[in-house]
Amino acid sequence: MVKRIVVGAHYGFRDWLAQRITAAVMAAYTVVFVIAFAAAAPAGHAAWKAFFAQGWMRVASLLFFASLFYHAWIGVRDILMDYVKPVWLRLSLEVLAILALVGYAGWAVQILWRN
Amino acid sequence: MAEFAAKRKRPVYLDVVRIRLPLPGFVSILHRISGAALFVSAFWLLWLLDASLASEGKFDAMRAVAAQPFAKLVLTGLAWGFLHHFCAGIRYLFLDADLGVDLARARASSWAVLAVSIALTALVGGWIWWR
Repeated sequence: MVKRIVVGAHYGFRDWLAQRITAAVMAAYTVVFVIAFAAAAPAGHAAWKAFFAQGWMRVASLLFFASLFYHAWIGVRDILMDYVKPVWLRLSLEVLAILALVGYAGWAVQILWRN
Repeated sequence: MAEFAAKRKRPVYLDVVRIRLPLPGFVSILHRISGAALFVSAFWLLWLLDASLASEGKFDAMRAVAAQPFAKLVLTGLAWGFLHHFCAGIRYLFLDADLGVDLARARASSWAVLAVSIALTALVGGWIWWR
């Protein structure tokens, strides 16, 4: 039997960079969102729904959510690597986090395009 | 090589009660805690967004949920979490670019992160509670 050690190899720099790029995307979206929200001042359900139904808003929100879930994955994995030492438990929690985040991504698409 | 690095004994000092964090370390652990809190709350926040866009009735139901004092408290806490994570994250982008890495400026920017995020939370919190 080959003794393998589960270590974090080969993805360090890529994820470090991805965490920063996704952060920049989310920061830009936050600023744009606040400005657009202040400008439109949507009051009530109909206006709020119309605000999110704009074409550019859907695409911008999709980019935000995609960035968010990738960013969250890197952060959660870092936390699990630091504090959860038993490999079976860490891998299980990592799988749960991935499933949750991929599920959230599908849910977010549904929220943005269903209306 | 990886095996060697992973097996090598490295000193670990993680007595949570006795650790005395310097200010930038304090900002750093809050960055981690706020990120974890936002991840854990993601389901509820997505549910709120989903309900708010689904229909008039669900929009009203979402507002009723969000109007509960406990929900307002959680939302205010999450607003702080987001704003702290946001401000501290921008600070890290500057540090990555090698800007403000000397001790005096690293401390000053740490205070700025804490102060700006709390001030913005007060703003958003005021909107949550007295809108």
